[in-house]
Amino acid sequence: MPVSFFVPGPLRDFAEGRSRIDLESSPRTLGEALAELGAKYPGVARRVLDERGMMRPHVNLFVGPDCVRFGDGLATPIPEDCEIAILPAVSGG
Amino acid sequence: MPAGRAISPNPISVRDGDVLVLVGTIKGAFLLRSDRSRRRWDVGGPHFPGQSVYAMAYDDREGRHRIWAAPKSLHWGAELCASDDFGRRWSRPEVPRISFPQASGATLANVWQIEPGLEDEPDRLFVGVEPSALFESRDGGESWFLNEGLWNHPHRPRWMPGGGGLCLHTILTDPARRERLTIATSTGGVYRTDDGGKTWQARNRGIQAEFLKEKDPEFGQCVHKVVRHPSKPERLFLQHHFGLYRSDDGGDTWREAANGVPSDFGFAMAIHPRNTETVYIVPLHSDQFRCPPEGKLRVYRTRDGARSWKPLARGLPQKDCYDTVLRDALAVDGEDPVGVYFGTRDGCLYASRDEGESWSLVAENLPAVTCVRAATVRGRVKARARVPAAKPRTAERRRRRKAA
Repeated sequence: MPVSFFVPGPLRDFAEGRSRIDLESSPRTLGEALAELGAKYPGVARRVLDERGMMRPHVNLFVGPDCVRFGDGLATPIPEDCEIAILPAVSGG
Repeated sequence: MPAGRAISPNPISVRDGDVLVLVGTIKGAFLLRSDRSRRRWDVGGPHFPGQSVYAMAYDDREGRHRIWAAPKSLHWGAELCASDDFGRRWSRPEVPRISFPQASGATLANVWQIEPGLEDEPDRLFVGVEPSALFESRDGGESWFLNEGLWNHPHRPRWMPGGGGLCLHTILTDPARRERLTIATSTGGVYRTDDGGKTWQARNRGIQAEFLKEKDPEFGQCVHKVVRHPSKPERLFLQHHFGLYRSDDGGDTWREAANGVPSDFGFAMAIHPRNTETVYIVPLHSDQFRCPPEGKLRVYRTRDGARSWKPLARGLPQKDCYDTVLRDALAVDGEDPVGVYFGTRDGCLYASRDEGESWSLVAENLPAVTCVRAATVRGRVKARARVPAAKPRTAERRRRRKAA
């Protein structure tokens, strides 16, 4: 199984309507995985990261079951066969 | 424009000669249309549901019918979208149109103003953003660049955010001097360039800032809105955090103009499309309360260049009204007599079709209104959006099936 991204509904317009994107390479870190995602689907990556390449404050990224915000952020290691989930945080009003 | 991505479920159908009102709110945008009588309004939207829209504009230069809107998602950030068919489809490029250069170290928080350039420069547009910065496009909005002269201004690190954030909210072109551009930022004040944006000078002399210790600060004023008439661009009217002002020299000097208003605090300001002396404001009670004075919602109008102001209240709530009108939520159309429109934080949209003499409630229960723009649609409208027929309610569908 390749490393894959789960794409939430609001971003699927920028991913040919797909909810799952399989990566072709085996990225070592979350940052590398997002770079590959951005090369193919810049509209998705650009809404997960801001123009400085930082994670947006109200978007959570899960590597497997773990939210990287409380770990190593974009330096989080990516194990084989892992799903990376992009999920909007609980926020709003 | 790039292919449309966002499809609106509830478009309006617009014809040549219709009056169009664009309404941005904290949870989406609404488009309203009426024929020239402006008696009955169709309401389309919400566009970008759940996203705040602080800036909208209608660009009809060179025969376009282009609506610009700046939705901001709390999750995915702010972007600039365009529609050439009155909101039926919105173009959303893969990479958002407005981005700070990496070297700036900044990230776009919101778009506060979209301003088409001069009539004879139809591909030029300006955008004011948060954190306070000016972007410009010279190819009709396809590509944008940061105005480095303003961004690198030595005052900028000392500008402070107001309640809405550190935002550049006013952009005024000058048909008489095309190298001149005037902007306003909260807080920071008024700045002007006379060399096409290379250098900028603070233009706040005479504007008092009660919230600063310095008596006549060069900058730091909390300017809420500035307006000017294109045929008399050197005359400016300004709504400050405290104070109404007028300038007759393009902002070089300002003098107080709060003559006969119940409060000199307020946000919104709009100028008549033909009469250079006629300006509209909505005074609010002090910066501690920010509601209509005496609980009466009143627009004030001057017809003599701010030497005097007259309340316009017919049709507006005159008892226990605690609503607020924000800086970009007041607009005029180009009709004769002129139509005046404003939206409130309580989600009401009021309209006058007699220059403000009387008002009617056009829409209510909207999300809090952040911006209003009005225009007359001129020229052939190519793609008429078809409004889909509403689906009958479930019980009605069951009843029809049974009857069939």
